[in-house]
Amino acid sequence: MMNVLVCIKRVPATGSRITLTPDEQEIDARYLNFTFSPHEECAVEEAVRLIEAHGGTSVVLTLGPDAATDILVDAMTLGMERAVLLETESGDWDPGATAAAIVEAVRAQQAAGTAFDLILMGNEAADTGDYQVGIRVAHVLGLPCVTGVKELKIDNGNAVARREVKGGWEVFEAPLPAVVTVKEGINLPRYPSLRGRLTAKKKPIERMKPQRAHGGLEKVRFKVPPEQTSVAEVLGKGAEAAPLAVDLLQRLGVL
Amino acid sequence: MIIGLVEHEQGKLNERTAEMLTLGRKLAAQMGAPLAAVVMGGAAPEIAERLAAFGVSTVYAVKHERLGSYAPEAWARCVEQIMAAAKPAAVMAAGSERGNEAMAYLGALTGLPMAANCTEVQPGESFLVTRQCWGGTLWEEARIHGSVKLLTVAPLAVAAEEAPAPAALSVSEFAPTLTDKDLRVRVVDRIETASGRVTLAEARVVVSGGRGAGSAEGFGPLEELAGLLGAAVGCSRAVTSAGWRPHADQIGQTGTRISPEIYIACGVSGATQHIVGCKGSKHILAINTDPEAPIMNAADYAIVGDMHVVVPALCAEIRKRRGVSD
Repeated sequence: MMNVLVCIKRVPATGSRITLTPDEQEIDARYLNFTFSPHEECAVEEAVRLIEAHGGTSVVLTLGPDAATDILVDAMTLGMERAVLLETESGDWDPGATAAAIVEAVRAQQAAGTAFDLILMGNEAADTGDYQVGIRVAHVLGLPCVTGVKELKIDNGNAVARREVKGGWEVFEAPLPAVVTVKEGINLPRYPSLRGRLTAKKKPIERMKPQRAHGGLEKVRFKVPPEQTSVAEVLGKGAEAAPLAVDLLQRLGVL
Repeated sequence: MIIGLVEHEQGKLNERTAEMLTLGRKLAAQMGAPLAAVVMGGAAPEIAERLAAFGVSTVYAVKHERLGSYAPEAWARCVEQIMAAAKPAAVMAAGSERGNEAMAYLGALTGLPMAANCTEVQPGESFLVTRQCWGGTLWEEARIHGSVKLLTVAPLAVAAEEAPAPAALSVSEFAPTLTDKDLRVRVVDRIETASGRVTLAEARVVVSGGRGAGSAEGFGPLEELAGLLGAAVGCSRAVTSAGWRPHADQIGQTGTRISPEIYIACGVSGATQHIVGCKGSKHILAINTDPEAPIMNAADYAIVGDMHVVVPALCAEIRKRRGVSD
């Protein structure tokens, strides 16, 4: 039996072009859907598999506006059992403030009877890419943390985690309870099932309103990088373009 | 003082570290401060010489019997102890896996904020930085507050440049105090993946397929083209999500970032997630039925057509020129 917490973040599903709101504080999401990142989808899948294998409880948590309940429901559709929303009024919280709020929630869950053996997160948020919330949470809770994990085995109260490096793998071991941040590729997430959709709506979402701590990293504004669109030189249509394409390969010296 | 945390492999300075030190030297010059470096496991003479070339005047060579294998919290603990003695204005590392990790620990240990993947830094009471978000497709201007500014430098954002003249270097050994807790998360084993094949990250030519490949079998002609060119085969996220190819083949923000001489993208629409992974390519040839697909904006060359027709035609043309009959 084990209790697993997964932390996810609501981000806009950006297509191929990003536009900003006039105050440059947010991505203009009027025409976008929201989702959570590939790393976090894998964290959810990993948690669901662990509970299927070992038994126990899985909880999904996010910090964000009321609208973030949508991604909590999505995660519960995939098999997470219940959810916690750390509700914020506006804007992104920096990594220090986010970590402090998660720590508070973990302690509240423990006080209410759910002590987590494993806290899973994505290696980095898809949007802000801060690379630190997991480590900050682990530090305050006094837990070990392994990041960037692409293979995880729970063995005798130990997390055995592999991280991909040039030419192979680095293996880390950490006794549970632990924080592990994962990368896409650790598993292949399942598709939501109809039954999952139906049951997710009945699963509970607990709400907390955390105090915003001072994290010390202050967003001034977003900037869209100057666009480097080139106009592609069209070599031709269909199979008839092959000779020109092979000429190109020859010119580049790769043939 | 500005302190840079150095990564090196077998006596060679890591390229990303060289980029970080280049930005660090410019920042130090602006502040009228010296540039120092922390080297784990003692500094080999050849590393010290390279560091001096990049303008480092002080090296803290950290020596501890238990630092034989990588332990992120222990690395941060060493830097924290050096900070206490040296009182730097800023500590920097490369925005590599280890750099971001060690600096996140340093932020956690000291309670200081940390800004990951910066591309520009302006010193001041707070530091104004530009950092990469969304895998580099969006920039954020942010202020780092706190007594010591902690940041990492985005990979490939700053060109590594040696100082006009090497700095006069002093190397001092530093013996940290480490507890079991600092060392509890460390590399306990390393597994080499034996592979005769060229890797995606290092290939000179990459051939990839997207949703347009249609199935796992749809990669057959791509494998053939890759075979003829000595190329690595990659794919888009749509393909790994469908289970047609393993995740190790994925090019993108959450996969591998490639930098070949030429990248041949077949049936790949070109979502931002993918472009982030392939924009390091010197040349991009897109093969797509849709002339309006976003990949066309990233590509230098395009063939408008069905990859299932075009790719076999490319293979046939290459064979013809090599004088091999089909």
